[in-house]
Amino acid sequence: MKDTCQVKSVVMDGAEIERSLTRIAHQILEANHGAENLAIVGIVTRGDLLAKRLVEKIEEIEGVKVDLGSLDISFYRDDFMTNFAPAVHATHIPFDIDGKHIVLVDDVLYTGRTIRAALDALMDLGRPSVIQLAVLVDRGHRELPIRADFVGKNVPSAHDENVRLFLEEVDGRSAVEILDVAPGSRAGSAPLGGE
Amino acid sequence: MAFNHKHLIDITEYSREDIMTILETAKAFSEVNQRAIKKVPTLKGKTIVNMFNEPSTRTRSSFELAEKRLSADSLNFGGSSTATVKGESLVDTVATLNSYKIDMIIVRDKHAGAPHIITQHSPAAVIDAGDGKHQHPTQALLDLYTIWEHKQNFEGLKVGIVGDIGHSRVCGSLVPALKIMGAEVTLIGPATLMPARPDVLGADHVTADLDAALPELDVVYMLRIQRERLEGAPFPSLREYHKLFGLTKDREQLMKPDAIICHPGPINRGVEFDSYMADHPQRSVILEQVYAGICVRMAVMYLLLGGADNGLAS
Amino acid sequence: MALLLKNAHIVDPAVELDGVADVLIEDGKIAAVGEGLAAEGAEVRDLSGKYLVPGLVDMHVHLREPGFEHKEDIESGTRAAAHGGFTGVCAMPNTDPVCDNGVAVGYVRARAAEVGKCRVYPAGAMSKGLAGEILSEMGDMVAQGAVAFTDDGKGVQDAGMMRRVMDYGKMFGKVMMVHCQDDGLVGAGQVNEGVVSTRLGLLGWPAEGEEIEIARDIALCRLTGCPLHIQHITTARGLDMVRAAKEEGLPVTCEVTPHHLFLSEDALDGTYNTSLKVNPPLRTQADCDALIEGVVDGSIDCIVTDHAPHADWEKAHEFEYAPFGMTGLETSLALVLTNLVGKGVIDYGKMVDVMSIAPREILGLEPVKIAEGSVADITVFDPTIEWTVDGEDFESKAHNSGFLGAALIGRATDVYVGGVATMIDGKVVA
Repeated sequence: MKDTCQVKSVVMDGAEIERSLTRIAHQILEANHGAENLAIVGIVTRGDLLAKRLVEKIEEIEGVKVDLGSLDISFYRDDFMTNFAPAVHATHIPFDIDGKHIVLVDDVLYTGRTIRAALDALMDLGRPSVIQLAVLVDRGHRELPIRADFVGKNVPSAHDENVRLFLEEVDGRSAVEILDVAPGSRAGSAPLGGE
Repeated sequence: MAFNHKHLIDITEYSREDIMTILETAKAFSEVNQRAIKKVPTLKGKTIVNMFNEPSTRTRSSFELAEKRLSADSLNFGGSSTATVKGESLVDTVATLNSYKIDMIIVRDKHAGAPHIITQHSPAAVIDAGDGKHQHPTQALLDLYTIWEHKQNFEGLKVGIVGDIGHSRVCGSLVPALKIMGAEVTLIGPATLMPARPDVLGADHVTADLDAALPELDVVYMLRIQRERLEGAPFPSLREYHKLFGLTKDREQLMKPDAIICHPGPINRGVEFDSYMADHPQRSVILEQVYAGICVRMAVMYLLLGGADNGLAS
Repeated sequence: MALLLKNAHIVDPAVELDGVADVLIEDGKIAAVGEGLAAEGAEVRDLSGKYLVPGLVDMHVHLREPGFEHKEDIESGTRAAAHGGFTGVCAMPNTDPVCDNGVAVGYVRARAAEVGKCRVYPAGAMSKGLAGEILSEMGDMVAQGAVAFTDDGKGVQDAGMMRRVMDYGKMFGKVMMVHCQDDGLVGAGQVNEGVVSTRLGLLGWPAEGEEIEIARDIALCRLTGCPLHIQHITTARGLDMVRAAKEEGLPVTCEVTPHHLFLSEDALDGTYNTSLKVNPPLRTQADCDALIEGVVDGSIDCIVTDHAPHADWEKAHEFEYAPFGMTGLETSLALVLTNLVGKGVIDYGKMVDVMSIAPREILGLEPVKIAEGSVADITVFDPTIEWTVDGEDFESKAHNSGFLGAALIGRATDVYVGGVATMIDGKVVA
């Protein structure tokens, strides 16, 4: 699908994203009293990249490499009938999640529906003792009773705007941008591989 | 990579990209099938009818399991107790099913073209689970998936299909599917088991000489011989068939070191191959095909009933 | 009352007519043909711009009565014939009961006299019950008005039986019309063996299944001297055999249907359109081309429809369950006008030959000529009418035409049987 969004403003640049992730890494360690029993699970297709960075930062801080997983929520969505095309990326969680402290990572928290689906997906994989949520951006407009435990930045936004994260690894640049959504076009994460 | 299909009936209507989408989605479902809880809520609330108008245990079980693991409600409709046997026409039977407000019909029928008739009389999505001697697209897709797992790509891959090609709905889908993916296909068997025009299916070569063909092949696909139906008609005896077209330990030395052996099942030991080859730990992928069937059918049902992109509002 | 048909373009190669003239009809016969005719008290019809030809005869039609009145009956079938421009049809005997005895022949003739909208010439079965085993009572049937014999729908499998049929039948001077199909080769064949049978996964009906019986029956014609008519020929090689037989001087004729001329197996696709399921099957485009050439060069004697009506629900089935056959009476003339005459492949004279003169000749019927003294069986058509084939517009009970939706140019407007109008201005007379 063609992206027809106009960039309105840059909310975070690469350096700010790095600083936020460093802070979140510290907060995670503080809230969980260290890295023991901790696992970071990112939601594809941006949250998994953030999760990988968080694992690296935790290793820098604590000297411990915590478990890293990625979660595809395609099979758990509540809106899958209305969408047009698939891009299923297999869930990859190479460890037992029973009894773990799981930090779920996503790029932008908006309606909360993705997180609802992610919680269901995680529950089908086992029984973690705690699930926390880390997001780089919280843009408001929740439709479900869900809140993040760790937030990089609160970015007030309008419904007709799209807040998107771009990452060096897949997009060639790192930034969080607010874009105007053309009527009828898609809101949500940027497609993989940039625009 | 929009996946714009409502039905899966004729594999030739699918592009290489469509088929890769199915295989990649099947891979994602393979992860689900290896979990302790092998179930996702994807098709919750969807009703899928398994309309099997001729006996089938394996294909039906595979579809049924795929439906259950997708959380769909499934209904088995067919077999000897059905309306068709009571004289009701297929069209009227479909009208009855429509009244159940169903979302998808999986159809197995001994008559070629039956799935198309259903699409003309029902709003439901239709998957052809084998129609007469015409096509059996999910079988072809699960074969492709298994081959893909072993060979990683299809371009230039040499695939030999041995046996009853002329009466095979598997071939009706598999040969075109292999051609769509870029493989080279050799059909091997006596002329009594060949279709009138193998070139129409897409076959590159046709031969009755298995020994001459074997050294070239990356994949050797043995078709099932319907022993009860075929012996004494297109070939004189199972014994002679096995001698000419059976994959045996003696013939293994003719095969490439990494050639694999496929079979759609159920197998006839001593006919299509000897036990040594049927159970060959490196070469035989027959049981992997069965597993792939679940993953591929989950993928096809998921994609046909809507699929999903990554554009979910966060 | 006298009837004066004025200003039509008359085409009748039998009397070398090809030009505008008037036709006066009295007492069911043509009383005069000429320019500027006038007749006191006659009903006058101005047919300017239209063509007038000797009444068309379709010598291969299934009227289905008795036994299958849900598909068609003698009334609806003859209405369809009139609507298509025909003044007479030869009715096939595969009814229930089979038309294999004098009583059955008499029934068909009586019903036709009562409710028919065209002349009906019954063909009797060659063998009892069409079983290909025991001779039918051909003599009794001839006495009741049978014009020919055929086991149409089935090939006579045993060569010895076929020889007996021809040896016995020739004393009645009637033609033996054969449906050539070797069951051993054809079996449950559904479509032409080749591209389409492979693609659709349907059993093949090979060309050789037809050609073998054509060859055999020509040999038996040579042996017995009995006139032989090959029905619905479909293959180039089969036609070559007929050509060779004619050159040899054997009494062999053959017919072709519009669907075998103008539709090839390529029309069959993944929609499994059962209206295209016919026996013999649609063949290759190369066969179609050869058959058209056969019409042009005269190796094919006549065009017939093999009008085979079936109820909608019978065709709304899996391809293998659907019965063979398509209707043809109401599209035949228009298809020939559109695809052959309109394109300059044949002229009107040739069309009259293959659709009117030759069928009467083969069946041994009294010739009809646009000339004084002839029976006034007349077909009038307008070659400029553009129309689209629509099943709802058919007089036939059935809609199983393979040409639904086809855009055609030309159709019959008026038909007279023995001077009595059966269709006026495109409407069948009630």
